[in-house]
Amino acid sequence: MTTAAAVSQGTGDADNPYALSHLDALESEAVHIFREVAGEFERPVILFSGGKDSILMLHLALKAFAPAPVPFALLHVDTGHNFPEVLDYRDRTVARHGLRLHVASVQDFIDRGELRERPDGTRNPLQTVPLLHAIESNRFDAVFGGGRRDEEKARAKERVFSLRDEFGGWDPRRQRPELWQLYNGRHSPGEHVRVFPLSNWTELDVWQYIAREKIELPAIYYAHEREVFARGGMWLAPGEWGGPKDGESVETRLVRYRTVGDMSCTGAVDSDAATIEAVIAEIAASRLTERGATRADDKLSEAAMEDRKREGYF
Amino acid sequence: MSTIVDPVDVAATATSLLRFATAGSVDDGKSTLVGRLLHDSKSVLADQLEAVERASLGRGQEAPDLALLTDGLRAEREQGITIDVAYRYFATPRRRFILADTPGHVQYTRNMVTGASTAELAVVLVDARNGVVEQTRRHAAVAALLRVPHVVLAVNKMDLVDYAEPVFAAIAEEFTAYAASLGVPEITAIPISALAGDNVVTPSTNMDWYGGPTVLEHLETVPVVADPSEDPARFPVQYVIRPQTPELPDYRGYAGQIASGVLRVGDAVTVLPSGRTSTIEALDVLGQAVDVAWAPQSVTVRLADDLDISRGDLIAPAAAPPATTQDVEATVCHVADRPLKTGQRVLLKHTTRTVKAIVKDIPSRLTLDDLSQHPAPGELAANDIGRVVLRTAEPLALDPYADSRRTGSFLLIDPADGTTLTAGMAGSAFAEAAEAAAAHADDDAEWDF
Repeated sequence: MTTAAAVSQGTGDADNPYALSHLDALESEAVHIFREVAGEFERPVILFSGGKDSILMLHLALKAFAPAPVPFALLHVDTGHNFPEVLDYRDRTVARHGLRLHVASVQDFIDRGELRERPDGTRNPLQTVPLLHAIESNRFDAVFGGGRRDEEKARAKERVFSLRDEFGGWDPRRQRPELWQLYNGRHSPGEHVRVFPLSNWTELDVWQYIAREKIELPAIYYAHEREVFARGGMWLAPGEWGGPKDGESVETRLVRYRTVGDMSCTGAVDSDAATIEAVIAEIAASRLTERGATRADDKLSEAAMEDRKREGYF
Repeated sequence: MSTIVDPVDVAATATSLLRFATAGSVDDGKSTLVGRLLHDSKSVLADQLEAVERASLGRGQEAPDLALLTDGLRAEREQGITIDVAYRYFATPRRRFILADTPGHVQYTRNMVTGASTAELAVVLVDARNGVVEQTRRHAAVAALLRVPHVVLAVNKMDLVDYAEPVFAAIAEEFTAYAASLGVPEITAIPISALAGDNVVTPSTNMDWYGGPTVLEHLETVPVVADPSEDPARFPVQYVIRPQTPELPDYRGYAGQIASGVLRVGDAVTVLPSGRTSTIEALDVLGQAVDVAWAPQSVTVRLADDLDISRGDLIAPAAAPPATTQDVEATVCHVADRPLKTGQRVLLKHTTRTVKAIVKDIPSRLTLDDLSQHPAPGELAANDIGRVVLRTAEPLALDPYADSRRTGSFLLIDPADGTTLTAGMAGSAFAEAAEAAAAHADDDAEWDF
C-alpha cells in the first residue's frame, strides 16, 4: 500500500510487454462497439458525411469484420451544400469497398415543400428531418455516428449507446447508465439507438490514428488556396448556398478545414499545413477547439448542441 | 512532465491511457479540482475559457467559474448542480486521461457506480475542515465494491486550515484505515487546494512537509497495466465472421475482445456452456496474424475444429474454465427509478450473453453510510445497494467479480421496455480482508458484505 509519504515509482508501462498504446486501446474499444451492434441489431447503418470522423469509423468497421465485408450500409445526409471534393471522396470510397449507400437529401425535402430554407441560409439544422425520415423509412435500428465527447459539453454527457424515442429525441435525464463494457441496445419498435464508437477519442487521437494507419482524407483537410469571404469571424467558401452577400468580398487565401459539414456553416482556418504531420503539429498547438474555430451552428446559443440533440440531431 | 514530445511522432506519443473517476460531496470543490486539472494541464482551449468567462460574467460572478467547464446541460447550469456522469479528456506528454466526472449527491450513487465501473483509479475528495464524513465513507465503499484498483484521497481546501500537516495526517490516517478494511488495495493521500492550485498540477510551496506527488503526477505514474498472464483467459464470443466468398469459402472466425488473460496459438480451449474442446489454430489482431494476444485486445480467434459456436459462448483455457451456474448470488446497485422486487422476471446481460432470469431473493440491503445491512428488504429502490439471488434460464460462465471485473459483472434489464435496472457483481462484495474484519467485529457477526 502506498501512503502519503510514498514516492511515485514511474509508470513502468514501457517495460510491460502487455502495455497497449492509447491508440491501440481506443481502437480495441471501438471495434468491440461495432461488433456488439452487429451482434445485437437487425438493421444498423453508419452515418457517413465524408468527414474525418466518419472516415475513421468506416476504417475501424472494415478492421472489425475483416476478412468479411462490413455488414452495414452507409447513410449520407446530403445538405445540398456539400464540398465537391467530399462527395467525390464519398463515391470513391463506396465503390472501393463495395458498400451500399443511402442518401437522404435536404434539397429534396425543400423541393417538396416539406422543409423551408432558413433566412440565414444555414442548412445544418435542417438535416434532422431527412435523417429521421431515412431512419424510419429504412427501419434502421442502430445508427452509428462519429460524435466524440470532447467536441462539446453536451456531448460529454452522451452515452456510447444512446436510446432515441420514436421522434429521434434525446433526453439527457432519461439516459441509461452505462456500466463496464456492457452496452444495452434494447429498444421498442419505432425507437432506435445512436451508437458512438469514437466517444472516447479526441481530435488529436483521430489525427494521430489517421497518420498511423495512413488513411486517405478529402483534400480540403490540407492547406490549399481557396476563394473565401469573411462572415461571423469565419472564412466561408462562396457557393450557390447564399454567399457572399452584398458587402462581403471574396479573396484567395491559403486555408484548410478542421471539420467538414455544410458549406454554409463550416469555416476554413488560415493554415499552411499541407501534410498530415503539419496538421497534427498545428492542432497540438492550437488554442481553439475544433468546433469553436469553425462551426457557426454551435454558436447559436449556449445550449445549441443540446437543443439540437434533443430534436434528433447527432 | 516537462518533456517536450513531438505530437507528430506517433511512436513517441504512443502513451498509455488511464481511466479514472472523481467523487466528492457537493461543496468539496470537485468541479474546481476537475476544472483546475483541465485548465492547468492546458486542456482548456481559449474559446472554451472565453465561453466560461462570458457565462460567469452573465451570472454576476467576477472570476471565471471553472465549474462551468464541466456542467454541460441546461438543467445543470440553471440549478448549478451536476446531474449526470460526464466524460472529460486531457493529456500530458506522459499519458492520456479519460475522466468520469461523477456527481456527488447522495441520490446519485448510481452515477458514481457507473463512473467507477470502468475506472482504474478513483479520486475521493474531502474538505480538510470537515474530515472524513459519511459521504467520504460512501465513496470509499463504492470504490471498494467496484474494485477500483487505486484510490486517491485528495484532502482539499488545505488553504483554509493554514496548510497544517496534523490536519492532513489525521484525515489520511482515518481514511486509509477505513478504506483498507474494505479491501481497497492502494490508497494515496494528497493534501491540496484546488482553488489555489496547491499540489494539483504544481507542487505546493505552502506544504513543504509533504514529500509525495501532486495529483497530476500521481495520475501520470500510477501503473495501469496489470499483468494479464496472471489471470486465466476469458474470451466471450461477440460475433462470428464468415465471409463465404470464393477466396474464403470455409473461413470461420470468432470475433471478440479478450476479457482477461492471454491467448496463444496452440492453446487447448473449452467452449462454454457446451463444454466442447479444441485448440486455437490462429489469432488475428484486426487483420494481422499474431501468435499471442491479451486483454483488452479485440481479436479474431480460429479453432482447429469446426464447432457450433455462436455469440454468447465463452472460450476459456481447457485447464482453467470458469464454473457454470444457473444460480447467481451477487451484490447489485439498483440504477433504475422503478424498484427491483423479489419474484421479478428480468433479462440478465453477462458479457455477450443475455438470458432470462428471475429474482429469487433479496436477502439484504446495504446502508453505505455505516455499512450496516438491513435483512429482507423485499425490494431495492434507485441507488440502493444490496444482495440478490437470481436463477437464470440457461447456465452462465460467471467468474466472481473479485477475480474479473469483466466476466464477473452483469446488467439486469427490464424485458418489457429494455430499461437498465441493476448493475450486478457476482460473488461476495468486498475483499476477504473486509469479511475477516467483519467476522471479528463483536456486534456485526452477520455482516457478509
